[in-house]
Amino acid sequence: MTTATTFPARAAGHWSFLVGGALTLALLIAAGVSLLWTPVSPYVIDVPNKLQLPSAQHWLGTDALGHDVFSMLLVGAQNSILVGVIAVSIGFSIGTALGALAAARGGWLEEAVMRLSDFAFAFPAILTAIMLTALLGPGIVNSILAIGIFNIPIFARVTRGSAKAVWARDFVLAARAVGRDRFGITVTHVLPNVLSILIVQATIQFASAILWEAALSYLGLGTQPPQPSWGRMLNDAQAQLFQAPWLAIPPGLAIMLAVLGLNLLGDGLRDLLDPRLARRR
Amino acid sequence: MSAFLLKRFASFLATLACASLVIFLVLEVLPGNAAEVILGPEAPPETVAALAKKLGVDRPPLARYLGWVEGMAEGDFGTSYAYGTPAAALIDQSLALTIPLALIAMALNTALGLALGIFAAARHNRFGDVAVMALSQIGIAIPSFWFAILLILLFAVGLGWLPAGGFPGWSAGLWPGLRALILPAVSLAIVQSAILARVTRSAVLDVLREDFVRTARAKGLSEGQALRRHVLRNALIPIVTIMGLQFSNLLVLTIVVENVFYLPGLGRLILNSIANRDVVVVRDVVMLLAAMVVAVNFVVDLLYAAIDPRLKLRDL
Repeated sequence: MTTATTFPARAAGHWSFLVGGALTLALLIAAGVSLLWTPVSPYVIDVPNKLQLPSAQHWLGTDALGHDVFSMLLVGAQNSILVGVIAVSIGFSIGTALGALAAARGGWLEEAVMRLSDFAFAFPAILTAIMLTALLGPGIVNSILAIGIFNIPIFARVTRGSAKAVWARDFVLAARAVGRDRFGITVTHVLPNVLSILIVQATIQFASAILWEAALSYLGLGTQPPQPSWGRMLNDAQAQLFQAPWLAIPPGLAIMLAVLGLNLLGDGLRDLLDPRLARRR
Repeated sequence: MSAFLLKRFASFLATLACASLVIFLVLEVLPGNAAEVILGPEAPPETVAALAKKLGVDRPPLARYLGWVEGMAEGDFGTSYAYGTPAAALIDQSLALTIPLALIAMALNTALGLALGIFAAARHNRFGDVAVMALSQIGIAIPSFWFAILLILLFAVGLGWLPAGGFPGWSAGLWPGLRALILPAVSLAIVQSAILARVTRSAVLDVLREDFVRTARAKGLSEGQALRRHVLRNALIPIVTIMGLQFSNLLVLTIVVENVFYLPGLGRLILNSIANRDVVVVRDVVMLLAAMVVAVNFVVDLLYAAIDPRLKLRDL
């Protein structure tokens, strides 16, 4: 067995990275294309042509109001990416800051951050979203906030765990010996060394954010009409399950492929960025 | 042992107290008091004040918080604004569906996940392993509510073997009740078992590399004997951890899946309560679910101690 050493060479031979990357790219392209063009506007209601089977004009048919399903699917990708990116960014920025702080200072501060993140685990995203909805009414902001808050303790734990390992390394000891302060060491030594782990985690959390967004929109707590979202499309499809069962397939498949792609990409990145962390096969 | 238990129990209670405070504060920010919400914006102020007094929402926040917590401790969950009945009765009814559903799903998940995970580890890097891992990657990516819809399409719309939704109630008999829970439980369990299979596989593989397993084989135990006597017990820690998380996940995911099947459990209760702005019930149900999640974590901690006595000592 040959051992490729450069990143592109190893990436080219890593099937889960390749498949995951291709699916993720497809998701991004779908969202990008839909910003400029869709076969039919997904907001056009065309009741006379409702519940049509796939055809040359409507590639995946039409829903109960005559919306073009393929166009809604494309625009729905934007929605998933929007929620995923903002929610994961909230979790990443706040969680990483808390985790790095906990690792750098130790003592009661570390204990407080860890207890806080234990506590946050008592509130899964759906519970937070339900409370926010009771408070603010349903909407996309709720789902972003709920998923974002849910991500904070996850990033805090991962960052703290990995950062503590870096703090124990010799080069950090050397930096301390020459008088660097904790903040400087965190920025120049600790964070760059945990970045690859955080990127992997972010990819996986992005996948889970897409799943949660779909669930919340399905329940009517997340994205509201007329903005197309995959979760809502499934809810609408369920109402037509006996008349138009095929409507339930495309949105679910889209969610599954997006999540599968990001998870595979995350697995691949984990193997490629940090061979020590590679899952033993 | 008792010091360990006490410490864990104290943190369990502290977490519950914090959770109740957060839930109360978040829902307290709701604009307008409950009386205004119930009577609508056109109601005369005197009527609002009278109802507010009757509901007890004119009291200061601290008194209401303590009243709520004390009530719950005594089994009094307040009165639903929307139905005018005790919230405890509504919750009891819903739990009669949600708890069996979550338990059946958990049992299916455990059986399937452990079996597949051990199978994959035993066939490490051979066809069976690769197939199970590929399937589980797909399983993890499937939204459980979509899987539920697919099951309805196949078994209810297509084959007509099982109901597409609804619940006849346990008074209709055990079998009609269970029949209504089969598809919901399967849709919850399949996705979770994909996760459990992966964790089980890697936990078993980790232990298989340990020296004591080599010793066990060297003294003449067969692969199966070594697996049963030495590997599984040592692989249990990560497996129990993930199963605890999964049970909490299942409780929360029942909210979604109950809505797919129109089942009158906690999930439907809480969504209806949101639609009705029934703050008392929303608050109680969120608290109950959070408490169940915390309780499951507490039990997992206790199980750790039972599985691996070393953890107990390290903790003290």
